[in-house]
Amino acid sequence: MGRIHVRTRINGEATEFLCDPRQTLLDALRDELQLTGTKEGCTTGDCGACSVTLDGLLVCSCLVLAAETEGHDVGTIEGMAQGETLHPLQQKFLEHAALQCGVCTPGFLVAAKALLDREPDPSEKQVRYALAGNLCRCTGYDKIIRAVLDAAAELRGDTR
Amino acid sequence: MATVVFSSGLQRYTGGVERVNVDATDVRGLIAALDTRFPGIGQVIGSGMAVAIDGEIIPDAMLEAVPPDGEVHFLPPIGGGAGGDRGRTAQRT
Amino acid sequence: MSDERKYRWVGTRPIRHDGVDKVTGRANFGADFSLPGMLHGKVLRSPHAHARIVSIDVAPALALEGVKVAITGADMPDIASEMGTAGEGQVDYAEVSRNVMAREKALYDGHPVAAVAATTSEIAEEALSRIVVEYEVLPHVLTVDEAMAPGAPILHDHLRTAGLDPVPDEPTNVAQRIEIGRGDLAAGFAEADEIVEHEFTTQMVHQGYIEPHAVVARSGEDDQSVVWCCTQGPFTVRAMCAKLLGLDVSKIKVIPSEIGGGFGGKTTVYVEPLAVLLSRKAGRPVKIVMSRQEVFRGSGPASGTRIRVKLGAKADGRLTAAEAWLAYEAGAFKGSPVVAGAMCMFAPYAVENVKIEGYDVVVNKPKVNAYRAPGAPPAAFAAESALDELARKLGMDPVELRLVNAVKEGSQAIYGPKFRAIGMVETLQAAREHPHLKAKLGPNQGRGIATGFWFNAGMQSSASVSLNEDGTATVVSGCPDIGGSRTSLALMAAEELGIDVQKVRPVVADTETIGYNDATGGSRVTFATGMAVIESARDVVRQLRERAASIWGVELEQVEWNDGQALPINGADEGELEPLSIGTLARRAARTGGPISASTSLTARGAGPSFATHICDVEVDPETGVVQVVRYTAIQDAGKAVHPGYVEGQYQGGAAQGIGWALNEEYVYDEKGVLQNPGFLDYRMPVASDLPMIDTVIVEVPNPTHPYGVRGVGETPIIPPLAAVANAVRDATGVRFGDLPMSPPTVLARLDAR
Repeated sequence: MGRIHVRTRINGEATEFLCDPRQTLLDALRDELQLTGTKEGCTTGDCGACSVTLDGLLVCSCLVLAAETEGHDVGTIEGMAQGETLHPLQQKFLEHAALQCGVCTPGFLVAAKALLDREPDPSEKQVRYALAGNLCRCTGYDKIIRAVLDAAAELRGDTR
Repeated sequence: MATVVFSSGLQRYTGGVERVNVDATDVRGLIAALDTRFPGIGQVIGSGMAVAIDGEIIPDAMLEAVPPDGEVHFLPPIGGGAGGDRGRTAQRT
Repeated sequence: MSDERKYRWVGTRPIRHDGVDKVTGRANFGADFSLPGMLHGKVLRSPHAHARIVSIDVAPALALEGVKVAITGADMPDIASEMGTAGEGQVDYAEVSRNVMAREKALYDGHPVAAVAATTSEIAEEALSRIVVEYEVLPHVLTVDEAMAPGAPILHDHLRTAGLDPVPDEPTNVAQRIEIGRGDLAAGFAEADEIVEHEFTTQMVHQGYIEPHAVVARSGEDDQSVVWCCTQGPFTVRAMCAKLLGLDVSKIKVIPSEIGGGFGGKTTVYVEPLAVLLSRKAGRPVKIVMSRQEVFRGSGPASGTRIRVKLGAKADGRLTAAEAWLAYEAGAFKGSPVVAGAMCMFAPYAVENVKIEGYDVVVNKPKVNAYRAPGAPPAAFAAESALDELARKLGMDPVELRLVNAVKEGSQAIYGPKFRAIGMVETLQAAREHPHLKAKLGPNQGRGIATGFWFNAGMQSSASVSLNEDGTATVVSGCPDIGGSRTSLALMAAEELGIDVQKVRPVVADTETIGYNDATGGSRVTFATGMAVIESARDVVRQLRERAASIWGVELEQVEWNDGQALPINGADEGELEPLSIGTLARRAARTGGPISASTSLTARGAGPSFATHICDVEVDPETGVVQVVRYTAIQDAGKAVHPGYVEGQYQGGAAQGIGWALNEEYVYDEKGVLQNPGFLDYRMPVASDLPMIDTVIVEVPNPTHPYGVRGVGETPIIPPLAAVANAVRDATGVRFGDLPMSPPTVLARLDAR
């Protein structure tokens, strides 16, 4: 089977790649573009480790075909920090010790950013439900939820 | 003399004796002395069990010193191995 | 002693050294590594629970364009049964070999029977479908009940029950019987005012690490193989690959990647030796990444169990007798953690009359591996549930009942030896004083408490500390960092050297860069590898004092090390000598004797046991049977918390895993012995919306044998939750659940039958 030429934008940058028609976006990111920050935990959309945004919408990249991204915007963990400056979510994850092994962390950060982009002042319950598609086996979620709430407050400019 | 305390599982090798005093400077010597007193027990405790001396569980304890007034227990090996697996008590996760 | 000591760095919460790499996606995990010209390996697995392998034909697979090599059991060297130390306990290499690749029989659904390497993973997948395996399906056993029944199908014709005297000479599925105990059980029960007796079952569960096993192996014409993989024990992988493939240990180098969770499950090998063998045969690098389905079917979950408990107590709550019978599934090969379960289950309590019988039973399921405090959670579930019933019968507060019986320094553990300084009583007292225990409960809500005990481990560690020429330092260890241990090690080095923890760079090295290290496990890294770091750092400090002494022309005893600088004392301070900072001494090292570094290899002694008390509130929905944990508090003795943030993280993570074990997680098999839920959708682990915040209390009763008083903390937190949740459900509903998991259909059925 011939390979497909795909033109897309990844983290704001015009990107072209070749992929197999059956190849998922997850595999294309990792294997064709060497963007290995997006992790594979299950390939069935159950763990959220491969979370990316497609035109700003949170998706599991294991459930998107790479060819489907033609003409669309993809956002991955590699695009979250601005130069040398971490995104407040990234900084708060570090300050709250919200990661242990760290393999689920990119997915949580992408999913949390997608939440805060549409809901800047979420309740604890909203955060828990928004992140219910991301599995973490190390932390029991406590410090992740606190980090997201703290980052949301900082992004809003709250000093409370 | 060190005191050796036998669990109920080991007491079938000692004829029901729970505690004995043994004169030995290390675990190897202690096991040899016990085997003289309770023939056959050396095989059981020497190859399949861990040793606790004064509360500290020690894997691979053959050369370990036994304090003169020490209290020694023999324990089943804790490690995931079983069925004749031997030695280490140390655990993992 | 350590409790008097003031710390500058130990006990603080710095940002972890590998943190930025992990929040930016730069950190390289197992599957993130690739090599040019790399082949992709795939493993064919048995679809049968128990079957004789009549023949395997790989020729049709090899005929496919792009397929380079195929292996079966016939390509694996035959190894005689040999017990070996493999980093995390004793293993029989012959059985490890037969677990990574089946020989004459497939022993579980998911047991590897062949493997291929091809130019792409799609071709490799296609190749698997062309391998022709002829099976003769055999009857199977899935539970200890089935496996121990008279006339049960036998997994291994050679297996005999160890621990019976004499050992009966007939085939069995019971690999071992153990017994621990003391005192007079009958007299103990005769003395009791109340007796409770209950039976419990738990199901096989998985560690559920998010990162599947992954490996890249490269082998050269010089017979050397390099293995990149995610593992808790790089030295274990090295030993097992060498032993299984008949190679010298020096022929294999293991480079550990970052590890995406392990919890004990990554302390052995699965695809690693297969990748090495494929790469040696193909002459090209081979990468194998397990799918999630393969992880469930073909790695090492935790035992399903059946446990019976009988307790007797006086009216004042004092336990007079404790009896238990435990049978643990080992999976397809002997070696369940039943011994640890037996030793842990009543360990928090002082009881004079005890008898515990344990059975290690092989069944047609994956060979179990360690899972966080291996063996203890099901045993504590049984013991702590029975205690809860006892408290109800006695009309006693459950915390008081436990306090009456709690072990303290000098108490004799039920498995024999006397405890040194321990914190069991302190965790119960902290529970009693915690506002959680006084909070009001709502409708359909209930509260439970439970305790847990784990030995903790020392074992072998090597570490080095090198002073850089600007006064910063590098700490090298060989224990992969699962939960922040790198930063714990850096904190200890910073404490000794007296420099900022961010000026210490902690590194996890490969097997050729540092001396031998047992695996990351047993809650031992911060304790044992930490000891090696402290010793090395103290050696570096001694060298720094020597340099200062020679610069000043004074004796070593006249130089004190304080807060990162050499100070003149004992008469030397009467002159004009200015303090020498670590930076100054480092810069002058070349002219005062050369580089300053130290390494330490040791077997750490004196691991301090750790105790925990958990409090759980649940709300049970009478319409659906859903149990929601609405409040949770984990209290545990850490000895000394080196990085409290990551200590809390261990408490919270262990509690969440235990809650999952209690409420939802289980391996579900069909009547043919095929796993029905090998994925995260159907193997239901807790998600964020299932859990409340998990409150923590760090109790610190120093471990007298560690320089800072450190105990391990990683394993104990998973032990109490199973019973804490069950006791809370009992409180809410009046129904005692002896069978886990308490999933909604099960709970609803019991509530309806109420």
